[in-house]
Amino acid sequence: MKLKSRKLKKTTVIDFATYIGVVLAFIIMNTLKNQGMLTRSLTGQLIPICCYIVMAVSLNLTVGILGELSLGHAGFMSVGAFSGVVAAMSLQTVIPSEPLRLAIALVVGAIFAAIAGTLVGIPVLRLRGDYLAIVTLAFGEIIKELINCLIIGVDETGLHIVFNATGTKSVNDLGLSEAGRVLIKGAQGATGTQTIASFTAGFILIMISLVVILNLVRSRSGRAIMALRDNRIAAESVGINVTKYKLMAFVTSAALAGAAGALYGLNFSNLVATKFDFNTSILVLVFVVLGGLGNIWGSIIAATVLTILPEALRGFDDYRMLIYAIVLILVMLATNNPQMKTLFAKLIPVRRGEKVNG
Amino acid sequence: MARIKSKNDSPLVPMPSDSFIPQRDLGKTPVLEAKHLGIDFGGLTAVDDFNLTIGRTEIAGLIGPNGAGKTTVFNLLTKVYQPTRGTIMVDGYDTKGMSTVQVNKLGVARTFQNIRLFNNLSVEDNVKLGMHNQIKYGMAEGILRLPSYWKQERIAHERALELLSIFDMDGMAEAKAGSLPYGAQRRLEIVRALGTNPSLLLLDEPAAGMNPSETAELMENIIKIRDTFQIAIMLIEHDMNLVMGICEGICVLNFGKVIAKGTPDEIQSNPVVIEAYLGKKKEA
Repeated sequence: MKLKSRKLKKTTVIDFATYIGVVLAFIIMNTLKNQGMLTRSLTGQLIPICCYIVMAVSLNLTVGILGELSLGHAGFMSVGAFSGVVAAMSLQTVIPSEPLRLAIALVVGAIFAAIAGTLVGIPVLRLRGDYLAIVTLAFGEIIKELINCLIIGVDETGLHIVFNATGTKSVNDLGLSEAGRVLIKGAQGATGTQTIASFTAGFILIMISLVVILNLVRSRSGRAIMALRDNRIAAESVGINVTKYKLMAFVTSAALAGAAGALYGLNFSNLVATKFDFNTSILVLVFVVLGGLGNIWGSIIAATVLTILPEALRGFDDYRMLIYAIVLILVMLATNNPQMKTLFAKLIPVRRGEKVNG
Repeated sequence: MARIKSKNDSPLVPMPSDSFIPQRDLGKTPVLEAKHLGIDFGGLTAVDDFNLTIGRTEIAGLIGPNGAGKTTVFNLLTKVYQPTRGTIMVDGYDTKGMSTVQVNKLGVARTFQNIRLFNNLSVEDNVKLGMHNQIKYGMAEGILRLPSYWKQERIAHERALELLSIFDMDGMAEAKAGSLPYGAQRRLEIVRALGTNPSLLLLDEPAAGMNPSETAELMENIIKIRDTFQIAIMLIEHDMNLVMGICEGICVLNFGKVIAKGTPDEIQSNPVVIEAYLGKKKEA
């Protein structure tokens, strides 16, 4: 075999830098956490930060790489969160090992979110642009309302599910036995969840999402997805199946959001469906836009900084969100300002003269 | 006008569908047979009763004044529009009800009048996208980077560079398609179309915006592509030097109807064609 002396591709270098950056950040934060050098609020935020990073990275697949604006990403997170919580809680006696139960919960969350993604994606992906954005928004709200109506309990005979669409049913309608436990109480959400989420699991989930998305983008399927973004008509003319690849990107994105949701759900003992509303979808979209469309490491940094920021600004009391908004506007202006860009390019010589694309 | 000689030169012979194909292609299934093709947009008939047969290794030209319906014919052949009337046979298969993707898999590839490249992707990725259906590995193999991924990607990489070298573009494989100069973008579109392994290549104004020396080079390359790949090429072009120089059969379209067919010499001396381009001579 002939030896390859060719220079590494720029994209390969960026991918590796992203992986190494995440690993280093994890090692540093984990050491600091174990040394007790982090503030309590920051320690409490480590897992949510992991969840939001995965959310941002997965939404970047739909918005940045497929090029379709989705405003219902929190809906898939919600599906993943509640199915993950139900899975973890109902297996409590069967599987005593917490990490294994957590892994199963994440997989269940991803599968249910992928199913939801397929069901939503088939009708929605026929639309384009603004219309698609508005319909995903509607589906996100529908998912939230449906979960609000769910009452789920478990006993030795298995899962009991009541769909409380009219608001007349209650926990008593589940028909649980003496040993039974209620897992999800409709609008009150999941209560009494055993919090088995861990920072390490969050780190592993981030790494898996990165491998999935970065490897997908550099493969045949990923090329087809980006081709749809750049020019749909040309993509069809070279024999690329539009529906298949749109759905592939959308469902992958939903599945990763579902896993992130399951991790999120298992980090809090109480969780309500209204947590995953329109605001959360927009928040994640802000991470993606701020980090740069199609730019994966940008999403990671934006998600981290913007999750920490509101807590870090707690000292400003009532003005907290005002300052948050101003910081956001300033960062957006700075990153899109040509003069600022040249300034950054001078500061960081590697980036000079070229746009770094995740 | 000087004709460019190619090793495939042979006289045209008539076909049942009131068309001509080169004699060397007789006895083989024509790559394309359009019969009584027509399309209406609302009340407007854009193309009507379009008949054409293209031999397996023919270079055919489609010309006509602006708005004659030439690009519409291409859009019909590639099923961007479904025809209102008539049939299109590709390689002997009826394409009724097929989509653009299916027709492409049958062997029809095209370029666009207004360039449609994947601008944010590299030149090499653009060609690999043309080869999309020749690269055989799935999503999971790509994500997990199984051996099949590495093998297929290596083959695709080599093949992409080989195709790019037809136009001496293998040196710019890593550049972004959108950053290429205009002429190179046109050539890249042809390479991408060739990547789909077509039996019929449709070129929509390949020489638009090119200077005379670039056009001359393009003519050589079109002949070279036909001779090496043994495929049929049909082109729409306003540059008459190119059309008369390399096309064997020419079809002239005006107001959506075929007004003349024949060899370059016949077309140039056809009074109907001259009238369509230059208008009627006033009676003295």
